[in-house]
Formats: sequence, structure tokens, C-alpha cells
Amino acid sequence: MTTGAYLDFERPIIELEEKIAEMEAMAEERGIDVSAELSTLQAKLTRLKEDIFTNLSPIQRVQLARHPRRPYPLDFIERCFTDWVELHGDRAYADDHAMISGMARFDGQPVMVIGQQKGRGTKENLQRNFGMPHPEGYRKALRMMRLAEKFGHPVITLIDTPGAYPGIGAEERGQAEAIAYNLREMAALRVPTISVVTGEGASGGALGIGITDRILILENAFYSVISPEGCAAILWKDGEKRDIAARAMKITAGDLFELGVVDEIVVEPMGGAHTDYAAIARAVDDAVRRHLTEITAWDSDDRIKRRREKYRQMGAWQSEAGVHAARRGDSPAPTAS
Amino acid sequence: MSWFKREKKKIETTTARKELPGELWHKCPSCGDILYRKDLAARVSVCGNCGHHFRVGTDDYLELLLDQGSFRELDADLSSVDALGFVDSKSYAQRLEEYRERTRRNDAIVCGLGAIDDVEVSIGVMDFGFMGGSMGSVVGEKVARAIERAIERRIPLVIVSASGGARMQEGVLSLMQMGKTSTLLAELATNGLPFIAVDTDPTTGGVTASYAMLGDVIYAEPHAQIGFAGPRVIKQTIGEDLPDEFQTAEFLLEHGFVDAVVPRDRLKRIISRTLRWMLGREALAEEE
Repeated sequence: MTTGAYLDFERPIIELEEKIAEMEAMAEERGIDVSAELSTLQAKLTRLKEDIFTNLSPIQRVQLARHPRRPYPLDFIERCFTDWVELHGDRAYADDHAMISGMARFDGQPVMVIGQQKGRGTKENLQRNFGMPHPEGYRKALRMMRLAEKFGHPVITLIDTPGAYPGIGAEERGQAEAIAYNLREMAALRVPTISVVTGEGASGGALGIGITDRILILENAFYSVISPEGCAAILWKDGEKRDIAARAMKITAGDLFELGVVDEIVVEPMGGAHTDYAAIARAVDDAVRRHLTEITAWDSDDRIKRRREKYRQMGAWQSEAGVHAARRGDSPAPTAS
Repeated sequence: MSWFKREKKKIETTTARKELPGELWHKCPSCGDILYRKDLAARVSVCGNCGHHFRVGTDDYLELLLDQGSFRELDADLSSVDALGFVDSKSYAQRLEEYRERTRRNDAIVCGLGAIDDVEVSIGVMDFGFMGGSMGSVVGEKVARAIERAIERRIPLVIVSASGGARMQEGVLSLMQMGKTSTLLAELATNGLPFIAVDTDPTTGGVTASYAMLGDVIYAEPHAQIGFAGPRVIKQTIGEDLPDEFQTAEFLLEHGFVDAVVPRDRLKRIISRTLRWMLGREALAEEE
């Protein structure tokens, strides 16, 4: 898969892959045996991938989360679910193409799947508004959650958005209200809910479909209060300082797990999710299955209580009663300022 | 590149500038009227000529809204910790220290119990002066506790917002405070208890996209800026100028997102009337 764009730090891998492909083609054409050379190159490729992908900086992970070939919600829906029927519209204003939703089956069990969808290529991206929903997208999402709740089926959301759209129409139609309302209503849903951050988890636009019993995140996805560029522009007065901002805000899957915000990191194939859709879909499928089994066993009242308690614990503060650390397990508490 | 660089020349006037002794007089930025400071204070910092609402502080709102002597502050000891070890031009820890010094407060909200015309309420008033009223873990936790207090005592909740949004220095933890507060508001709603949101200038970002937009009734002060995305971000994204009155309280009223725009001097009366209506209590005598 060498068509399409790739990132700067992927270049050595792409070049080596092309070299291997060339050698294979040549060997076949001339009928010569190059298996020894090939296995050397393959080993080199594996090492190279490991070198690059085990030392990713936060901003490199952000780039992977935004990779133009990154699997999007519809790619996961195709691979992890069956019997998909997409449902449209918020029954009030419009159908937001940046937010997809529909009925599906997971292991035969009826579920509602909702996600932000980016486009492939300019035309589709314009139609999908680059995965940035308007208020009608959030209202559509909530309508679908209610539909699932009515029939007692779980809700699975796939989060991948650069943010809720900042525009005139969005403000006129109540972007803030639409998100706020979703946060509150998701908290009270009686059915099991799981969110999976598959790519960009940018700010309130991501959270607007993200108040769930379990929050999973792909290894190279991120979740943040503001984009690294936005943070850099405000605090460093320079959008180019995004790598520093990305590091400072602790937005990687590992950081988020450590901060007690996400419940599980779904490991991506070496080279990133975009290099092997089937493998990442299997990993997501497996993680969702395990969590869904657990939370489905709880009764509804208990589930709502646990969900509330989960968010209740998030954050770090100190008082005369001591320090409430935003840390998982027994790792040392942050130093009080 | 500086975002605030002035490219156009300032408008020049031929008349001499009126110099004001700052301690006695105040100039209204809206109509230019010269206001006697004492008069302005008596009018709860509203211009007597044009009705411009000057920003006022947390203590002013507590005094304005609550019955005299009824306020009891709670959770004042809660303060932020630098959980991420965040450093931009200075460290978050240092920034916090400076704001604590400057505002004599631990964070950007004051919470407690008080009474509005004898109706006991759990109240929170945000402080824009503390890091732009940004919501981090402490604001989230204090709002959460204020909601829990309302539930526990079965009393209404009133939150006066003034915020630039989520606090970036706390990263995703600040984002999650939106989830935390909204989740507890769901619990408040289940308990059938009133929540009145009062949105003042400015109420933006994550605070708007959580509790400031979740009141059973939402009141806004005249001309307060209320919105989700910052005007500059929107302008950059769409590449055109924004309409006049964009993201003002009146704009939200027009589009159906606040229940009423209430002048500051009417705020207590209107909230009191609302609470009494909601709770089915006896109405107060009409004002003269």
C-alpha cells in the first residue's frame, strides 16, 4: 500500500518497502532467486519500523491520528459489525454528514453505532466538513442514542474529529447547547455505552459523543482539550510550537491512561493503524467485546451510578483533606504546587 | 506574528481628550458618558446613560443576589495542583501562585450556601479575574460539590458563569470537567431540583458547552458575550467578517438559546420570582 500520502517520518519505511517490492518484481521477471537478500531486507524493515514506531513523539502520534489513510468509523463499521443500516437526520434541522449513525449488529447483538466521519479526498471532505459536526450532528447522535435506549440496545461511539465546527451557523444553532445537552443526557442513558477514540479526540466536539461507561483509545489516537496548534497559538503565540504544546498537554494514549481518563489502550499494528485495517479492526473488535460483556452484566441503575462515579473522580486538586491525584493505581501523586 | 497588532491608524479627533481623575470618574466605553464612580456603584456598575454593563467581580454578584449576611462560603480550601507539570512561558504552578496572590482566591469560582429572598440556594459564582475564569479540576470539583449540596439539601442550584473556557494547562483533565459537571447535573435533574444558569460577560468554550447551557432556565446579562468557539477562531475558519451582535446575549435570545436577557439590577428579583415559581412558594409582593 504505497499509494496516497505518507508522513515525513514514514519515508524511510516507504522507501525500503518500495525497494523490496522492486526486488521481488525483478526476481519474478528474470526468474532469479533473491530470497536471501529479501529476508535481509525484510528483517531490516522490521527493525526500522520498530525503531521509528517505538519512539514516536506526541506530535508524531497526532500526525498518525490525522493520517489521510487512517481508518475512519465507516472502515471499522465495515469490519467489526454486520447488518449496518445508516440512519440520517436530527428530525429538526438537517442531516449532518460529519456525524454518522446507524443500526448494526455486534456478534449478532443489536447495537447503535455513532461516529464522526472524515472524507477521503477533497470532494468527500467538503461533504463531510472534515469530520467537524454542526449542532445538528450532536442532536442526531442523541436521537440515535435514545432510539437505542428505547429498545435496550448498547451504544458504541467512534470518536474522530478535529473539533466541533466553529462557524456562524453552528453558533446560531447552538453548538454549545447541543454538546452540553448531550453530555448530560448521555450520563443518564440506561443502556451500556462505550466510546472508542480512533483518531482525533479534539475537545468538546469529541466529548459530545463521549460520555460513556468505558472509554477506549487507539494507541496513536489522542484526546485533548484543544488542538496542539490551538494551544501553541494561544500560550506560545506561535502555532508552529505545536510539538511542544502536544508534549505539554499530555495527550497521548499512554498519558491518558496514566491520568485515569481512558480505560484501555488498543494496540495498533507496527507502522500504525493505516497499514493494516484488518488487524486494527480485530483489535478494536476484541476490546469492545470484552468491555461490552462486563458493562452489560450491570443493571441499569448501577451502570448510571458507576458512570457518574467514573467522571466524578476525574481531575487533580488539593484541599485541607489532602491531595486528589489524577493518577492510576499506586504511582506517585503529583507534587502540590 | 502578533495577533493584536494594530494595522490601521487610530481614529484621530481634533477635540482635546477629556482627562479623568480615575478614582472619581469613569468613562463608559460604550457611549462615552462620564460617570461618577459613586453613582456607577449605586447602579450595580451599569451606565445610567446607555445601560452598558461593566464587568463586575464575584463578590459583587454574591452581594447583589444573596440576602445580606446569608452567604457561607464552602470548599474555599480547594486549590489546583499542577498534575501535568505544565510549562509554557512560565510554569502552571507559578501562574497559579501569581493569581492566588492577585485575587486572594484559590481558583476561579466561589461556592457556598446562601439565600435569595429567603429561598436557600447552593450557589457558585465564577471569577473571570482568576486565569480568565478558566475551568480546571478545581472549578469542576467545586461545581460538582455545589450540585451535590443542592441534591443533599434538596435546594435549588444557581451558577453565575464568567469564563474563557477550559484551562489548557490541565490538558484533558480540564475537558473532563465538562463531563463531570454535566453528569452530576443529570442527577440533579432526576431529583427534580431547579438549576438556574446566569451567564455573564464573557461565557465561552467549555463552560458554555456544559453547565452554562444546562439551566432549567438560562438568564444572560445584556450584551454579555456567550458562545462556543472564539470569534477569532471562527473568523479564521470561515474567512469572513462576523455579523454585528454575534454571540451577544441578545443574539442567543433571538436564536432561542437563553430564556431572557435580564439587566443586572433586575437579576435578583427575576431569579427570586423564578425560584418561587418552580418551588411553588408564595409569590413576593410586586415591586412599586
